[in-house]
Amino acid sequence: MGLSPAVDAKAGLEPPFSAAMTAAERAERLNLQATQIRRSVVEMVGRARLGHIGGDFSVSDILTTLFFSVLRVDPTAPAAPMRDRFILSKGHCAAALYSTLAMRGFFPVAELKTFVEPLSPLNGHPNRRKIPGVEANTGPLGHGLPIGVGTAIGARLAKADWRTFVVLGDGELQEGSNWEAAMCAGHFGLDNLLAVVDRNRLQQGARTEDTNRLEPLGDRWRAFGWDVVTCDGHDHSALYEALAASHPGKPRCVIANTIKGKGVSFIEDRVEWHHKVPTPEQIELALKELA
Amino acid sequence: MNAPGPTPGPTFDCRAAFAETLTELAKSDERIVAVCNDSVGSSNLVGFQKSFPNRLVNVGIAEQNMVGVGAGLANAGFIPFVCGAGPFLTGRALEQIKVDVAYNGFPVVLCGMSPGMAYGELGPTHHSIEDLSWLRAIDGLGIVVPADPAQTSAAVRWAAKSGTPCYLRVGRTKVPAVTPEGADVFAFGRADVLRDGSDITLVATGAMVSRALAAADVLAGRGLQARVINVSTVKPLDDAAIILAARETGAIVTVEEAVIEGGLGAAVAETVVRNAPVPMRILGVTGFAPTGAAEFLFDHFGLNRDGIVAAALELKKP
Repeated sequence: MGLSPAVDAKAGLEPPFSAAMTAAERAERLNLQATQIRRSVVEMVGRARLGHIGGDFSVSDILTTLFFSVLRVDPTAPAAPMRDRFILSKGHCAAALYSTLAMRGFFPVAELKTFVEPLSPLNGHPNRRKIPGVEANTGPLGHGLPIGVGTAIGARLAKADWRTFVVLGDGELQEGSNWEAAMCAGHFGLDNLLAVVDRNRLQQGARTEDTNRLEPLGDRWRAFGWDVVTCDGHDHSALYEALAASHPGKPRCVIANTIKGKGVSFIEDRVEWHHKVPTPEQIELALKELA
Repeated sequence: MNAPGPTPGPTFDCRAAFAETLTELAKSDERIVAVCNDSVGSSNLVGFQKSFPNRLVNVGIAEQNMVGVGAGLANAGFIPFVCGAGPFLTGRALEQIKVDVAYNGFPVVLCGMSPGMAYGELGPTHHSIEDLSWLRAIDGLGIVVPADPAQTSAAVRWAAKSGTPCYLRVGRTKVPAVTPEGADVFAFGRADVLRDGSDITLVATGAMVSRALAAADVLAGRGLQARVINVSTVKPLDDAAIILAARETGAIVTVEEAVIEGGLGAAVAETVVRNAPVPMRILGVTGFAPTGAAEFLFDHFGLNRDGIVAAALELKKP
């Protein structure tokens, strides 16, 4: 039932676009990789006739930077005890996560074709028991950060130096459980925990600020005891700097300013593309723009 | 005949056995950690905290985060015992129990402290009488309700080794010892016949087991030999023991410190109706409780010796 690592995956915890590359070279490689992930999302959502393309596109550069240049994970040993933990709290953006995991070698890219087909391991929301590289099953919002606080406390108890990364949607921050976890992480000074907010400013039904205001978002995280960095969530160099650096004494929140639907002109920053499915003509257009 | 309440003799708070066993296990297994919601005292974790200050994670009054943190600790290789008063642990964090623990399959031990109506006069907000019903609906989550301190201790030992998600009800209501001394008092999924009989079966769980035994004494005096089954694992239910009892005794009374919709009685009825239909009575809590101490409330809802006797006599005439 579950998937296995791709046969050509490279063993070891080091990310492929490593610190040995120049910043420009790394950014270039990440940029090309992110385009491949977006193309894959278009094909998956187009074939499945369901998905969350807007959020998939806003989070693609964040996922790419994490999996290809920051996270110490081994696709051939997805349960290696010393691996970094990555949790996608906005689990509805599964198509982007699956594409990233497959291209990183956790399972064969060909499996992406089965996305949400009957009995496929690739459900509409990720399942760790079926997909290597998934650390926690998410879907209902507000669950990823508390679990990440738990893994970070665990690493500290074990005196291990692996890190925990949680990617949150911005609309998701309206769930109170996130703030329980944020308060707890601040209290314990979990400097092995990093949360990225995919700040695309849109939620399912409208703009976040018109629904239940999040601003001043950075001040809110700072008030909970976090080190806050704001960056362009589509700039791979800025993302790398924000994600790779240590942040002693405090958990870090990276507010990644993004555009929902980033990469395809007619999808960008439009609320209806939260889970709209492109027509065959729109798929063709989108793939052209993502060349 | 009219005196309600448990059988006389020494009675015990199961929380002490829980805490002593957990602390003892933690000495030899560094993976064991406790997580609580400002409930160090009420979860009896003071001793654990003294022995292992770093391995007690108190997240404050935040049950949703508490359960998520437990799931994360399990991901990191630990064996978390997540402790909080039953109503808040299971009610407030129900989605976290479903998703973070059960659906993920993380071996978190959810410890519902002072369940049932143990908090008596504090009222229905503090009663954990719905827990068996709503947790029974969650796939893959074992539900364990020990009947006395020995069984509590054995259940804690099992839970630490099980590698599967479970909910453990840790009673505060004082109970007498009901399991045989020195015996193998607990096996996950096994119901135990504490007293044999062929006329009717009394199926009880937790603090109700001693009351069922007392009722069986009275029924014996009235010419009815009642079998008493202690269901310490409510899920998965020991179907074989229940089906055998239905076939051999022809009538079943269930009794639990929980609402009658969806708990032990419902589980037994589901098994009985599918395999060996016999008349049943389901005793439990029927509505939000009025003001009163736990013992008063047991009497109020007929969850005592005489209530069980009356239900049995409705089903079988001596």
